[in-house]
Amino acid sequence: MNDVKKPAIVVEQLTKHFGEFVAVDHVNFSVNEGEIFGWLGPNGAGKTTTIRMLLGLIKPTSGKMSVLGYDPAKETKTMQAQVGYMSQQFTLYNELTARENIRFYGRVYGLSPSELDQRQEELLKMAGLSGRANIITSSLSGGWKQRLALGCAIVHRPRVVFLDEPTAGVDPISRREFWELIYDMAKQGVTILVTTHYMDEAELCQRVGFISAGKLVAMDSPARLKQTQMRGRVLEIGSPAPDRVMSVLKSAQQNGVMPLDEVALYGAQIHAVIPNSENYRDAIRHALKAADIPITSLEWIEPTLEDVFISAVSATRLAD
Amino acid sequence: MSDFAIFAKDLVKQFKTSKGWLTAIDNLSLQVKAGETYGLIGPDGAGKTTTIRVVLGLLTRTHGESSIFGLDSMRDTYEIRERIGYIAQQFVLPADLTVMENMLFFAKIQGIASDQQKKRIPELLAFAGLTNFTERLAGQLSGGMKKKLALACSLVHEPQVVLLDEPTLGVDPVSRREFWNLLGHLRVEKGLTVFVCTPYMDEAERCTRVGLMYAGKLIADDTPANIKKMVSGELLEVTPSDFVAARNMMASLDYVKELQTYGDKLHIFVDNGDRRKSEIEAALSSHGIQHDEIRTIEVRMEEAFISLIRQHSLRSEQK
Repeated sequence: MNDVKKPAIVVEQLTKHFGEFVAVDHVNFSVNEGEIFGWLGPNGAGKTTTIRMLLGLIKPTSGKMSVLGYDPAKETKTMQAQVGYMSQQFTLYNELTARENIRFYGRVYGLSPSELDQRQEELLKMAGLSGRANIITSSLSGGWKQRLALGCAIVHRPRVVFLDEPTAGVDPISRREFWELIYDMAKQGVTILVTTHYMDEAELCQRVGFISAGKLVAMDSPARLKQTQMRGRVLEIGSPAPDRVMSVLKSAQQNGVMPLDEVALYGAQIHAVIPNSENYRDAIRHALKAADIPITSLEWIEPTLEDVFISAVSATRLAD
Repeated sequence: MSDFAIFAKDLVKQFKTSKGWLTAIDNLSLQVKAGETYGLIGPDGAGKTTTIRVVLGLLTRTHGESSIFGLDSMRDTYEIRERIGYIAQQFVLPADLTVMENMLFFAKIQGIASDQQKKRIPELLAFAGLTNFTERLAGQLSGGMKKKLALACSLVHEPQVVLLDEPTLGVDPVSRREFWNLLGHLRVEKGLTVFVCTPYMDEAERCTRVGLMYAGKLIADDTPANIKKMVSGELLEVTPSDFVAARNMMASLDYVKELQTYGDKLHIFVDNGDRRKSEIEAALSSHGIQHDEIRTIEVRMEEAFISLIRQHSLRSEQK
């Protein structure tokens, strides 16, 4: 299937230095037309810097990149006419109505009056704002503002859309609705590159890349990453005394008795990341028994994408 | 009054707006025991922040009772201040003060004696992993470190309970997990009570109890495991070739209790997963809709959240 699709974004050995600081370090990836690609990483890992280079806003120190066949650093204007960008700040004019915001962006992108009339209705409908076109933007709720911001970002029918934390601070129901819009766009062949701190959203990307300290540390579908990137497995321990389980495991970790990657409290349960071996499960069972702590369950559970992300990122931190 | 760490009974808060009275908190009752980590979740505008502010005595209540460790929110404001730590939403530390200066500033506000300051501040900085950054300006810390410093500052007077309003908003998953590991540590080592509002459903899973708030009301209040069980039936997942057609078709099937969209996937709530799987397969193929294998998946907090809010809003529309 992939051989038919053309890549819309190609990045080769992309590097950006700010003085001594290496923000993006020899990164390679490509995103196919119509693909939803998640660009994930801790704050300061280089996500936004990558996007800014691809938008032609800053120049790379070295490496190559292309967006829709254009070089963002050289053919900036031509490329920008076909690219949309939405940042987490939702750059909307609060004192304008929803309709006026769309019309403003439409004019900036040089749409003809007739095109604009048609596009405005389409986008208001898409954002669920048809009955609210004349409401002042500042009095719209977070979810509506966010969908309006997306409408403004795609008023010129871009073929590639960059979304930089588009759902920060929006509730789960609005986030689901927003992702329906993203999928609608992708089905029409629009290529999406999106960053997010919500791992449930990352699961919705067809492919994700993890970036840490400027380096790409893993890239694959969410399902494959869960199989390949986890150092060890997650053991869920249920106990009426979770606090005591924590204390025992924490000291086992600190004393180096057990190779525990992580021990964390999840409500009444404990999640421990350890190498995939029944020996370790038995060792934990014995350690808790020796401390006279009752346990109600001791089960291997599926890692979440968040577990995988933390495992992959901390592996690179250890390597440094 | 009560011995609960946080207590509210028939709590009501109304605001006067240009369009009349708005009920932000609508007869809310909740009890949080000492040592619990209680998560308040809900859509934007549900009343979560207002609840925290009324309980703290920062806003006046219209009716009902609210207290912290038996201290009345309205009457005993000063005693409450001494016993709680609070991180407000989008709270910003003075950016032009260093980490150490921030700690000293908050210690001074709380009236901590200097010999106590010398003991506690290094402890808290070590605990928050900030010992090597004492001279760095708060404005130059990473997002995750800022949040940890805010937590350390809120603990300088050794409160028994902390109230945190979306403390990890905009923070990456690694730093969020570190922050929550600190909260877990405080629960285990100090028995600290935590009351936290969060938009992250994975964080709600780390609470001992979760309250789901909607339109000013508490519509669910239980452990994360039990909240997930409140969603009746089983959950199936499928990726159809024609999403809109599949959604419309399935919405008309009477055994489908609820449909949720998840990107290009449909989440289908049914009474019996194994039995309905083949019926849904048959229905899809009779409509000529291609699909991948239909699978049974676990209900996460997020699916439960959406489902419970929908059920509740349907019920209130019918009334």
